[in-house]
Amino acid sequence: MSLGLALVAILVVAAAAGWLGFARAARLRAASRLHSLPVYHGAYAALWAAIPALLIIAAWAPTQSQLVDRAVLASPEGRALPAEPMQRESILSEANDIASGAIQQGFNPQSSTLAPRIQEENTRFGLIGGAAAILAALVAAGLALRRSAPQFRARTGVERWVMIVLFAASLIAILTTLGILLSLMFESLRFFRLYPLHSFVFGLEWSPQTAIRADQAGSSGAFGSIPLMWGTFFIGAIIAMIVAVPLGLMSAIYLTQYAPARVRSWLKPILEILAGVPTVVYGYFAALTVAPIVRDFGLSLGITSASSESALAAGSVMGIMIIPFVSSMADDSIAAVPQSMRDGSLAMGATTSETIRKVLLPAALPGVMGGVLLAVSRAIGETMIVVMAAGLAANLTLNPFASVTTVTTQIVFLLTGEQEFDSPKTLAAFALGLSLFLITLLLNLIALHIVRRYREQYE
Amino acid sequence: MRQLRGRYAAERRFRAFGFIAVALSVAFLAFLLVNMASKGLGGFTRYEASLQINFPQTDLFLDPAQLHGPDAAQTIAGADLSGAISKAATAAYGADAANIFSDAATTVVTNAIVKDPQILTGSTTLWLPVASKIDVAAKGDGEAASEKLVSEFNQKHALRRTFNSDFLEASDATDPSAVGVWGALKGSFLTIIVTILLAFPIGVLAAVYLEEFAAKNRWTDFLEVSINNLAAVPSIIFGLLGLAVFLDFMNLPRSAPLVGGLTLALMTFPVIVIAGRNAIKTVPPSIRDAALGVGASRMQVTFHHVLPLALPGILTGTIIGVARALGETAPLLMIGMRAFVAAPPGGITDPATVLPVQIFLWSDEVDRGFVEKTSAAIIVLLLFMLVMNGLAIYLRNRFERRW
Repeated sequence: MSLGLALVAILVVAAAAGWLGFARAARLRAASRLHSLPVYHGAYAALWAAIPALLIIAAWAPTQSQLVDRAVLASPEGRALPAEPMQRESILSEANDIASGAIQQGFNPQSSTLAPRIQEENTRFGLIGGAAAILAALVAAGLALRRSAPQFRARTGVERWVMIVLFAASLIAILTTLGILLSLMFESLRFFRLYPLHSFVFGLEWSPQTAIRADQAGSSGAFGSIPLMWGTFFIGAIIAMIVAVPLGLMSAIYLTQYAPARVRSWLKPILEILAGVPTVVYGYFAALTVAPIVRDFGLSLGITSASSESALAAGSVMGIMIIPFVSSMADDSIAAVPQSMRDGSLAMGATTSETIRKVLLPAALPGVMGGVLLAVSRAIGETMIVVMAAGLAANLTLNPFASVTTVTTQIVFLLTGEQEFDSPKTLAAFALGLSLFLITLLLNLIALHIVRRYREQYE
Repeated sequence: MRQLRGRYAAERRFRAFGFIAVALSVAFLAFLLVNMASKGLGGFTRYEASLQINFPQTDLFLDPAQLHGPDAAQTIAGADLSGAISKAATAAYGADAANIFSDAATTVVTNAIVKDPQILTGSTTLWLPVASKIDVAAKGDGEAASEKLVSEFNQKHALRRTFNSDFLEASDATDPSAVGVWGALKGSFLTIIVTILLAFPIGVLAAVYLEEFAAKNRWTDFLEVSINNLAAVPSIIFGLLGLAVFLDFMNLPRSAPLVGGLTLALMTFPVIVIAGRNAIKTVPPSIRDAALGVGASRMQVTFHHVLPLALPGILTGTIIGVARALGETAPLLMIGMRAFVAAPPGGITDPATVLPVQIFLWSDEVDRGFVEKTSAAIIVLLLFMLVMNGLAIYLRNRFERRW
């Protein structure tokens, strides 16, 4: 019996328990006053039937595959497998595919003899797990049904379950954060065992080639992250912000302070479209249209090193993408400045622009700064634009027409090649990911703190 | 007086700067859209050339009598159709024309034979899609040799432009004139379904918990900070998480919409929580007080009154979050959804690719024929984005109440 079948059976049991609970309570209701509505009696029984049993299935499913593997390896067919781990793994996975019906015939003849064994063990352990879960459902449903009485507080019981579910849902956020931290740290630690931490953090050279042959020249691989950090900072925090901050800030000022309501109601959604365009589209646009223009412009200025994968092309397109983000953050901060300050300034005879420049902007500055920091954090984590439009050469340069590379570009490059999972190259990607996560985390925390402090100031 | 004039001039200048900033942003958007449209609209059409095929001379060895019933197409697939086409092309237009037809031409011929097996006994004229090189040349951007062929064809009126329905019905292929977005669209659809099924209920429940039930303490603050931070974590980090946890640790299938959906759900769920909390916050306390006053429990207040009133706001936020997930590329590259997949996925555990990744893959191709296909796929993606964002704006305007 497969676990899927057990799942269906549990749902049937739960539905039956729910209906029985409802029917019993409805009969009780004819004779006496109930504490809870019959619906709650039904839901109480159904929840008790379903949730513990489903938890058993969820816990059993991963255990089962391990138990099956162990049993199959202990069987005579399993012991005949070659001892060499790579070969062994490939035969096992082939046999698994045959057993599940994904493929008809394996590349290796041994997998065909192994497949019936796997099926057999699967059935056996599936039967154990499924039977346990169904038994649990039946017992829990029986116990829950026995409690139905006029004074039984079924609603409170149901609400307790709902509360647990609500809490579990919010736990997912913590689990995700923990999952990110743990998986990145775990793989990074393995990387730092192969490559020293201080060379990674302070190293000036990035060339992630690893040896194909032992005697190969220049095969050691250098994983100094400084050039990547600089490239990321150069594109995301300097070039993109030079484009996005003035345009975003002035757009916000124009839309909130000057534009008539009708114009604003049209322009604001149009600006928001800029934020909704997928990044892969920006990347294609940057690589195909903007990069040649930038290169030709650089060549016409006499910069012979102008690259078709320039930092300027990627950074400026990224800046355009960030405009609506900066604009809406600036919008919020300016709107939070109290009306009385604006009125005071205007009453003293200041023009609108003087009020904006000398009163509103200084007052809104912390909020705007927080918004810019969030924008920077978003820009340095942006991937597709730089993957498609920036280069792979790790240069430490100030020249915006030269090619630089970024952390995200290198992560994609390192992980999309044909690589075994444990090579320093793939592990380096996780170390880069960890650095990126920590940097953006720091930026976000500072920015959120500034924004919150600033809001409280005027509230 | 002169000072005042100066101040008014500064006022006008400042205002003009503001206008220029908005105008520039809008101009960028317009340039981007026009640029994509001008490059991509050609991808929805293709050129076809007429070809007379004299079947008895093509060595196909197909017997019209056997070609009935559902297996006919399979039988034909065993025959060397592309060889037959190239033979017929040589016979009709000379040796230069041997390779002018697309891989997709065999499908057209197959369909024609299935429809009427009797054509195998004689000579038939069919309109077949041309190879990418000729297609690009006919659209005015090709090499000299191909341009020459095109002008010869045009003189004979043997070339026509038609709507390329294959682009919407086919999947990825190595020949740019035979590619389509259907496989990628289906992959996107399956992935997004998984994302919605996971992220929406969990996100709404978490928002309800934080807004209505969570006690004000350290733990709740910690929860809040981690959700706000997750919403700002770079998407590629979620890809690394998916790679390490779902593929490496849990051994789920590579390149599958299931894993893609799981990864995107983790990414989308904080966005839904934040939107949900804001929507729940706008429901006035008087509603809660009134319900509590007539004896409803807090759970009943939340699920019978607050949540239905907040639902339009939650849905708006959800659609925007899902639209972002639909356009996401980087995390899916990490979990292997960049493989060449020539058949549309049948289920959520089959290897698949999604539309944005397909665009990325095509943009990497050297063949010139892929340029317009990439742009055409971008148009399809942007249309989906437009529909989803339009739906969100409509919902916001139609159902959102101001209290």
